[in-house]
Amino acid sequence: MSNSPIAALRDTGDSLVGAVPRWAWGIFFLIIAIVFPYITGGGDFLDASIQTLAYVIMALGLNIVVGFAGLLDLGYVAFYAIGAFVIGWFGSQQFPDVNGGKGIHILVSDRSTFQPKLSGGRLDIAGIHINFFFVIFIAMAITALWGVLLGAPTLRLRGDYLAIVTLAFGEIVPRVFENSTSGLFGIGSTDFSHGRQGITPIDTINLPWSHDILYTDSNLKPAYWVALGMVLFTIFVNRRLRDSRLGRAWIAVREDEVAAASMGVNLVRTKLWAYAMGAAFGGFAGVFLGSYNNTVNVDQFEFGFSVFILAMVIVGGMGNIWGVIVGAIALSMMNRYGLPQLNNLSEPLGFDVTAISFGIFGFFLLIMMVLRPEGLIPSGRRRLELHEAEIEGDTIDTDKVGDMSQMYEVRQ
Amino acid sequence: MEAASITETASAPPPARKVGDVLNAYALPLLLFGALVAQFIYDPTGTLENTKTGLSNGMVWALIALGYTLVYGIVELINFAHGEVFMIGAFVSLSLWQTFGVTDSTSLALIIVSIVVFLACAMTASATLNVLIERAAYRPLRNAPKLAPLITAIGMSFILQNVGLLWRPTPDQVPDLIGSHAVYFTIFKVDVLHSDVFAVIITVPLLMGLLWFVGSTKHGKAMRATAQDPDAARLMGINVDRTISLTFLLGGMMAGAAGLIYSLYNLTVRFNMGFTAGLIAFTAAVMGGIGNLKGAVIGGLIIGVIQAISDGGNFLGLQLGEAWTPAVVFGILILVMVFRPQGLFGEETREG
Repeated sequence: MSNSPIAALRDTGDSLVGAVPRWAWGIFFLIIAIVFPYITGGGDFLDASIQTLAYVIMALGLNIVVGFAGLLDLGYVAFYAIGAFVIGWFGSQQFPDVNGGKGIHILVSDRSTFQPKLSGGRLDIAGIHINFFFVIFIAMAITALWGVLLGAPTLRLRGDYLAIVTLAFGEIVPRVFENSTSGLFGIGSTDFSHGRQGITPIDTINLPWSHDILYTDSNLKPAYWVALGMVLFTIFVNRRLRDSRLGRAWIAVREDEVAAASMGVNLVRTKLWAYAMGAAFGGFAGVFLGSYNNTVNVDQFEFGFSVFILAMVIVGGMGNIWGVIVGAIALSMMNRYGLPQLNNLSEPLGFDVTAISFGIFGFFLLIMMVLRPEGLIPSGRRRLELHEAEIEGDTIDTDKVGDMSQMYEVRQ
Repeated sequence: MEAASITETASAPPPARKVGDVLNAYALPLLLFGALVAQFIYDPTGTLENTKTGLSNGMVWALIALGYTLVYGIVELINFAHGEVFMIGAFVSLSLWQTFGVTDSTSLALIIVSIVVFLACAMTASATLNVLIERAAYRPLRNAPKLAPLITAIGMSFILQNVGLLWRPTPDQVPDLIGSHAVYFTIFKVDVLHSDVFAVIITVPLLMGLLWFVGSTKHGKAMRATAQDPDAARLMGINVDRTISLTFLLGGMMAGAAGLIYSLYNLTVRFNMGFTAGLIAFTAAVMGGIGNLKGAVIGGLIIGVIQAISDGGNFLGLQLGEAWTPAVVFGILILVMVFRPQGLFGEETREG
């Protein structure tokens, strides 16, 4: 360890410190990010970048739960699903009967709803159509509420039990949406989800600069900037949260629940806030992806996706905002471009690598955990935690002591 | 869970605790039994039919659940890849039948011999695989925080699932060796099928054998000692690493046998069947009290019955059906976790 333990303890999470001041780096990256669409000139790469930005938001949201508060969540996809279905309900023709078939329209234009305006300049199409930017807040509120509802019963559980309960939740939510073709939970008779077909089309983002109703390769820029703005908002909120009283409480709970509780941290409130905030960002990204992909259907909400997002957090470096962003970009781009490249290489072997992409993710997770459990850009505190023995100078000699003797002590 | 009990004294008592106290040891089993009786009054024949299907199906879940329970009891790890080990077991047995050309037109004696021999092969393959998984994914992380092995377990599960995908990309038909859907005998208007009898004939000896092994042999004693306190076990001269390997070996054997039974029972196998089966079996293990072998068996049977009733499409007039079954099983998992994390039959153990 080159860092001294004291430096490692700071947990500012930033290791890009060099001769250049940090704010200069920040402005540099921001400018690059803003002019990025002009550099790529649109097309497939920009599309991939927009998806990546949405994944960055989700990874940052999951990082609050897993990285900051130390609560392993294997059902994060549920919040993506809820967010996406909220835009599906409030931004499409899914409920044609509302308002006597005339629909509800709040600050939407014909650019977003795929329908031409009537002669009076008034939209008159069926379904609920609410402006994307309002739906974001509706969805964040709803997912935060579900985060709390899920969190409340799990407060007593720890570690793997918690992981399993969240996993179960992540499996139940898509099933509920899938089967709610006549009434939610079998109550009522409204079609909430169109079953496996899903809801499509969904209103696009209502922006003055976007002139086409569908995103094509040439007009992706507005969507990119919206996504970038959402990412910047997420980073801002995450940084403020991390440095707040609540954020310090999260880290305290992650490190040692008992000690945190005896120092006056309210465990219930702290954990519920972590769930609520993490879930809200899942819904935030869900709304964007629902609108951007123009469809919501149950196939998007597989368990594998939860693990995909978790892998971003882990590979990047749990608990470190910049690390998680790097992890999200790396894995998302690898999924989009790296695997097809591998596919070209493996063609002589006669199998399709993209088909086994989750197997490759599994392999990455395994290698990462065995070789470098702290991630690519670890937060100082986590690195300290995982290499405690080395930093303190009494390296565990497993040959002499045997593996098991440490196992239960370290886990406490 | 030791640490959890410490937390409770140190912090304000979490709200769920009180409800958990009310739902004491007998409330949850009685509730489930009451629901079954109500369902029986509502629809007698259907319930008996579903219960029968559930019990024979539950045998398979019980076999898989034993693997979860054994491993969790000894290393406190949810072996996420266990469902995939089960899937590989099913694939191995199907491949063997296909390689040796065993079909339903083969003579009965040969079919019986093939089932017995290939059962041994599937068990060996799954057991070996499970031991290798432990070596590769869990042993290097014995000193790491608990999160690390759980994540490698998920990684391993994905790897194996994709191995299955490369092996058999599409759902495969299993030769109907035992005439699965033929009626063996009828009792109380319920048709007991060949597959039900088959599941019971294979599973019961395996379960008895495992219970005997863990309960009565020297190795079983070593396993229980290691589960109790690995350090003390080491001081008593138990080779802890070898005991852990043995645990994984036994769990893998049960999963392999379950794979063979499942494939003959349902006559179709698919690369992603392990994930769902694994979660169902894990639910069973938790329900019975994880770490408790008899509990896992009973939990498996209970989950089997719940699943069959849900599959049947009607519970006290509530329209369910196969599409809702995963949600029902996972809902029950959450309820058990919340109200009785030590399981129906588990006492407050070190892990519970």
